[in-house]
Amino acid sequence: MEDKDKKIVSLHLKLMPYLEKYGILLLLVIMILVMHILQPDVFLSWRNVTNVFKQISWQSMLALGVFMVIVTAGIDLSVGSIMMLSLMILAVVAKAGAPWYIVVITPLIAGFLCGLFNGLGITLLRMPHPFIMTLGTLYIFRGTGNLISGGTPISGFTDEVRYLGHGRIDLQWLGLEKSQYLPVSLVLIAIVYIIFWIFLNHSKTGKWIYAIGGNPNAARASGINVNKILVIVYSLCGFLSGIGALILAGRTDSGYPNAGLQSELDAIAACIIGGASFFGGRGTVLGVFAGVMIMGILRNGLNLMDVSSFWQQVLIGSIIVLAVYIDVLRRDLGTRK
Amino acid sequence: MSSTTNPLLEAKGITKYFGTITALENVNLKVHAGECLGVVGDNGAGKSTLMKVLSGLYKPSAGSLFFQGKEEILESPRDSQNLGLEMVYQDLALAGNLPIGENIFLGREPTKNLGFIKLLDFNKIKELTNAHLDKLKINVKSADQKVEELSGGQRQAVAIARSTAFNAKVVIMDEPTAALAIKEVGKVLDLINSLKKTGVGVIVISHRMDDIFTVCDRVMALFQGTNFAEASLSNTSRDEVIGWIMGKK
Repeated sequence: MEDKDKKIVSLHLKLMPYLEKYGILLLLVIMILVMHILQPDVFLSWRNVTNVFKQISWQSMLALGVFMVIVTAGIDLSVGSIMMLSLMILAVVAKAGAPWYIVVITPLIAGFLCGLFNGLGITLLRMPHPFIMTLGTLYIFRGTGNLISGGTPISGFTDEVRYLGHGRIDLQWLGLEKSQYLPVSLVLIAIVYIIFWIFLNHSKTGKWIYAIGGNPNAARASGINVNKILVIVYSLCGFLSGIGALILAGRTDSGYPNAGLQSELDAIAACIIGGASFFGGRGTVLGVFAGVMIMGILRNGLNLMDVSSFWQQVLIGSIIVLAVYIDVLRRDLGTRK
Repeated sequence: MSSTTNPLLEAKGITKYFGTITALENVNLKVHAGECLGVVGDNGAGKSTLMKVLSGLYKPSAGSLFFQGKEEILESPRDSQNLGLEMVYQDLALAGNLPIGENIFLGREPTKNLGFIKLLDFNKIKELTNAHLDKLKINVKSADQKVEELSGGQRQAVAIARSTAFNAKVVIMDEPTAALAIKEVGKVLDLINSLKKTGVGVIVISHRMDDIFTVCDRVMALFQGTNFAEASLSNTSRDEVIGWIMGKK
C-alpha cells in the first residue's frame, strides 16, 4: 500500500511541471478533438469556428481584465456592470447624435474611469478586500446604467460604431468564398491579448504586478508603489470592460439593461480554469485565453448537440473545481514547506 | 574600526510614536564603513521599528538621519536604496513566485529599448545575477529557479545578495539567522564577514549571542525604546549583553 502511494506521488512529481505549463492547452485540444468527432460536419466548419470567436469576443476582454486583478491576489466583481454602464453611456451618446468617433471612444473612457474608481476606492478608502469595493460597485455601476437609460434598451448604431463587434474582413482575395470571412472581433482579441502579454511579461510594471501577487511586502520593500500599481491594474481592467462594451454594442446593435449580467462570474471562471490562482502571482495570458476558449467551446459544442443549458452549467462548474484541485496539488508538490 | 573617522550612517534622537504608544525615544546609532554593529534587545524593545525608520519605511516622529555626514530625509525605501542603504527583512521580503534573478533586481530591473518601448532585459538580469552570486560565493542551481523552491538558507542568501547588488554602503539585517537550520547559519555569517571586508557597514539585529559575537565589532542594546548600553565587543561579555537585554547593567 505504501509503495503504491509513493509511486503515485512520484508520478505526480514528474507530471506536475508539464501539467502546469501545458495542461490547460492539452485540455483545450482534447475538447476540440472530442467535439470534432461528435460533430464532424459542423464543429470545425468556418462558420462555426468564427461563431465561437464572435461569442467569446467580449467575454475574453472581461476575463483578461479580471486576470490581471487576480494576479495581484485581488478580485473585480464589477466588470459586468462596468461593461453595462459603458454600453449604456455609448447608447445614450449615440442617440444624442454624436459623431461615430466620439461614440466609439466613450465606452473606453467610461470603463477606464469606472476601474479608476474601483482602484482608488480599494487603496484610498483602505477597503479590507477588493471583493467589498467591487461588490459595491457591481450594484452602483449597474444602477447608474439604468438611471441614465431609464432602464430600457436603446437600439440602432451606425456601422462605424458596430465595426469592432460586427465587422467582417473579406478574404475573397485569398480565393476563399464570401462566407469565409474573418470577424474583426477575432483580430481585435489577438491584438489586445498580444499587447497585454507583452505588458505583463516584458515590462517593469507587468513584472511588479506579478511581484505584488507573490508577496506585496517584498514589492513594497523593493520601493514599488503598490497602491499606484493596483490603481493602474483596476483601471486597465475597467478599460478592457469598456472594450467589451464596444464589441457588445456592435454584436447586438443595442444597449440593454441585462447586458453582462453575471458575466463577472464567467470571467473569473475562465481565469481559474486557465490556471490563475486566487493566492495571486500565478497564471499566464495564454492560460486565460485557453480558459475563455474552453468555456466558449463547451457552450458552443453542447448547443450544437442540443444539450440543455443546465448541463452546460454543471459541466462548467465541474471544470472549475477540477482546475482548482490541480492548482492545490501544484502548490502542495511544487513548494517547499 | 576606529571611531575617529566619520560614521557612514548616524541616527540622532530618533523618536517614533504609534498613536499613544512610544516605540522609540531619543535613540542614537552610528555605524562606520567595514564595521558590523549588533543591535540587541528584548521583544518590543524597538529594534525592528528603528530598522524600519533607517530604511525609510517609517518616518520618525522626531530626530534626524545623517548619511556620510549629510542630513537625509527618507520618504520611502527607494530613497534609502538610492543612498546605498539596504535592508534585509526578517520575513525576507522575497516574491516566491519570481525567479532568483528577478527578485534580486525587483524594482530596479535593467531594461532595453525597443523603439519607444522599454522592455525587461532578461539576459542582462541573468548575467548580472550569476556574476553577483559568484562574487558572494552563493551556490544555486540556476538564476532562473523560483525562490519558493529554495531552502531557508538559500533564501536568506538571495535576500542578502539582493541587498548588495547595487553597491550598498550600509546593509541592515533583521534576524538574519532566525529561520535557518544550524548548518546554514555558518554560511550566512561567513557572507556577513565577507561583506565587511568589502567596506560595507553592516547592522545586525539578532537574539542570538553566537551571531553577535561571531560577526560584530560593536554591540548596542535597546530597552523599552531607549538606548540602554553600548560597548565594543572586546570590552564586554555574553553574560553582560544578555543582562542588558533584560534591563540590567
